[in-house]
Amino acid sequence: MGARVNTAAAGTANWVDERTSIGGFVKFFARKLFPDHWSFMLGEIALYSFVVLLLSGVFLTAFFVPSMTIVEYDGPLATMQGVEMSEAFASTLHMSFEVPGGLLMRQIHHWSALLFTAAIVTHMARVFFTGAFRKPRELNWLVGFTLMILSLAAGFSGYSLPDDVLSGNGLRIIEGVTRSIPIVGEYISYWIFGGEFPGEILIPRLFTMHVLLVPGLILVLVALHLFLVFLHKHTQYPGGGRKDTNVVGLPLFPVYTAKAGGFFFVVFGIIALVAAIFTINPVWNYGPYDPSPVSAGTQPDWYILFVDGALRLMPGWLFDIIPMEWEFWGYTLSLNILIPALILPGLFFGFLALYPWIEAWATGDRGEKHVLDRPRNAPVRTGIGVALISFYVILVMEGSNDIIANLFHLSLNDLTYFFRIGIFVIPALAFWITRRLAIGLQRKDRELVLHGKETGRIVRHEHGEYQEVHEPLTDQERWILVSYDDIAPLEIEPEYNDRGVRRKGYRWDHFKQRLSRIYFEKRISPVTPEELAEAQHAHH
Amino acid sequence: MSTTENPTSHESEHTTPESFEDPGLPYHRPRRADVDPKAEKKAERQVAALFAVSIVGTIVAIGSYMALDMTDEIDSIRFVNMMIGLGIFLAMIGIGFGAIHWAKTLMRDHEMVEERHALRSSEESRAGAIQNLKDGVEDSGISGVKRRPVLVGTGLSALLLAPLAVLWPQIGNMGADWNTSNFGHTMWRKGMRLTRDPDGTPIKASDVTIGSAFHVIPEGLNELEHHKIEEKAKAVVLLLRLDPRDLKIPDDRKDWSFDGIVAYSKICTHVGCPVALYEQQTHHLLCPCHQSTFDVSDGAKVVFGPAKRPLPQLPIAVDDEGYIIAQSDFHEPIGPSYWTRLKDTSDGMHADDSEGSSH
Repeated sequence: MGARVNTAAAGTANWVDERTSIGGFVKFFARKLFPDHWSFMLGEIALYSFVVLLLSGVFLTAFFVPSMTIVEYDGPLATMQGVEMSEAFASTLHMSFEVPGGLLMRQIHHWSALLFTAAIVTHMARVFFTGAFRKPRELNWLVGFTLMILSLAAGFSGYSLPDDVLSGNGLRIIEGVTRSIPIVGEYISYWIFGGEFPGEILIPRLFTMHVLLVPGLILVLVALHLFLVFLHKHTQYPGGGRKDTNVVGLPLFPVYTAKAGGFFFVVFGIIALVAAIFTINPVWNYGPYDPSPVSAGTQPDWYILFVDGALRLMPGWLFDIIPMEWEFWGYTLSLNILIPALILPGLFFGFLALYPWIEAWATGDRGEKHVLDRPRNAPVRTGIGVALISFYVILVMEGSNDIIANLFHLSLNDLTYFFRIGIFVIPALAFWITRRLAIGLQRKDRELVLHGKETGRIVRHEHGEYQEVHEPLTDQERWILVSYDDIAPLEIEPEYNDRGVRRKGYRWDHFKQRLSRIYFEKRISPVTPEELAEAQHAHH
Repeated sequence: MSTTENPTSHESEHTTPESFEDPGLPYHRPRRADVDPKAEKKAERQVAALFAVSIVGTIVAIGSYMALDMTDEIDSIRFVNMMIGLGIFLAMIGIGFGAIHWAKTLMRDHEMVEERHALRSSEESRAGAIQNLKDGVEDSGISGVKRRPVLVGTGLSALLLAPLAVLWPQIGNMGADWNTSNFGHTMWRKGMRLTRDPDGTPIKASDVTIGSAFHVIPEGLNELEHHKIEEKAKAVVLLLRLDPRDLKIPDDRKDWSFDGIVAYSKICTHVGCPVALYEQQTHHLLCPCHQSTFDVSDGAKVVFGPAKRPLPQLPIAVDDEGYIIAQSDFHEPIGPSYWTRLKDTSDGMHADDSEGSSH
């Protein structure tokens, strides 16, 4: 039996190889090494939830009718009997209540969309805080960044398809924001909606975007993302034997095939469990889109909350005197919409996309970086990351301020006033505190290296002195604490040469130097062997 | 080194190196299943059991699909879905945990080392690449001895322009008639009755008691053959009655209300959500989307939130039968702002003037 299977496998392999020379690929891939760390699973979760999205999405397309033609509901749902609704909404109800497993598939699809975006954001945070975006991975950071933006587009376009009251109001907000764009806004709105809001064509257009354009782009970019991961080989956390010139790990086949492959089933299983038990987006409670009603306490999906929060945060009148919507020469400029909905996300995402270059200017380091940073060893970067997160979280909280106000019996207006100030103060504080914490942790690491671990054993010496016994670190433990880059601020050439002629490119260099000082002026250098020897000498 | 907090520049002793030495890969600790045949057997049984769980899950999922009947009861529908979901959960999680457990306990876990190679191509292949490109450029005549600038120029122009042949008609068609001045008008006309949303029954002034609020659509909206939802999206109105003593009315709007009854556009001037929450005590209208708050006792002025402009007011009157009617369309575009909003504002005024005098 075994021999026969082997011959069959060999025959098939031979057949395929003679037509594709796949042997070389298999040789290259099969024993490729991957380092092990739990945080490397975050990207996998994103990938696997995307696969689940594709699988469940195919099921949904078999029943969903992307049409805004108005029909009268006639189905098992008593509360909707005879209600006028678009075919999109009616078919959503049909697949939920008349197709066995349809409701489950909708919920699997929606839950995995939420997980997809969440996993992408968390994965991005991991890459940021460990410095995995540094050379040679800057391009892959951009690919990942684009994937994050596309995941938002995929999520929003899908959320809008059922054509219910909630998503319809979401689209109306999009329409309002689009209109606020100077000069061309009205026309972009007409272009998107095929005329006035809501029109009769938007759902089919969104459908094409949601099932073809966006997932197609995501697929291509995921392929590119993974190709670059293979090309660069995975990063690794610091540890004995791990260098910028090697990769230490376990082979793709069989260990990672089993672990990562198995993990796909775990992700799928957990999504199925959540979808089986917890209702999400019960559009039958909201009703079909009607421009008139809206209910309090309704929220968009979590990944859009920050835009909603920014829109809520921005006052229409600054200090009740300065209007944030300007009228001049007969034109209207709505800064109260443009700033929170377009300019602010633009700056936020622009900064994120460019971050690898900003840091590269500051370090001036041209080498390939394959060993990750422990976040504490990059205090300014970690501070910036936490500041960005706190900024984002404030917007998300402002986007749910009505729910927070309700839950904690606070005044809605006071909350908004608080966040209006907080959006400036809290990220700055978060930066400062995080940076101090990181430096504190680095100091603690130095202590550990120099004086060893506390053992809790107190010894009394002959002359009566009490001392706690410290146990020195092992070579492995010490190596993790001392093997990080000690980067000094950039030194640049002077502005004028010895003949008093101003040097070209000085201003750019000067900018980089100032940036570099922000990053590295205050830093904790790793312990040197000499310092350790001195410390040990002092002990005895 | 400049300002390090921990200056390290002491005179170095000759015996200590500059930096610590990499201790190399840590010692590999064998797992229990590596050394204990019993543990190995146990792990094997656990993996097999997990795979069996998956098979059971598949049976549960398919069995639930086939055996359970969905009635019109929501609960039964939910139950079928839940059972299929739990089946899928077991089917997936069994394989997943089984495979991971197998990898973690039984597969060889000795870490291996692979060297990385710099990504930069070798000097030789770089030079080769440049030479190849140069040769190609020379052969094509893009530059070099036989330069053909006319071909390059026309070719590039053609390439840049050709997409327009497809995109222009496509984009051109996507915006219907591009008549964005539609933003400036609604279907309200002089004499049109204010009717209840959604059934369309007219409202008598006497029905509107002090403190009450009506969600209003124009008479005839429900009978529209085309663009019903677009018209509704612009024309919805909130009709409220306040104690006339609480109501501040500017001089130019003296005849826009009737005995404390006022009508305001329901569409928020921020980004267009329906301003649906009325707080009777404070006369405040709140938009649930972004919490713009309007004071209806004072011309629907913004008192809080991101909106800048008051809600547009619909001038109303009462007809001979006692029903509330509109005097005209709104005098300004309703809803969110846009670049040419003020132009549509003056247009709207002209249209109203030409339609006749008010009451």
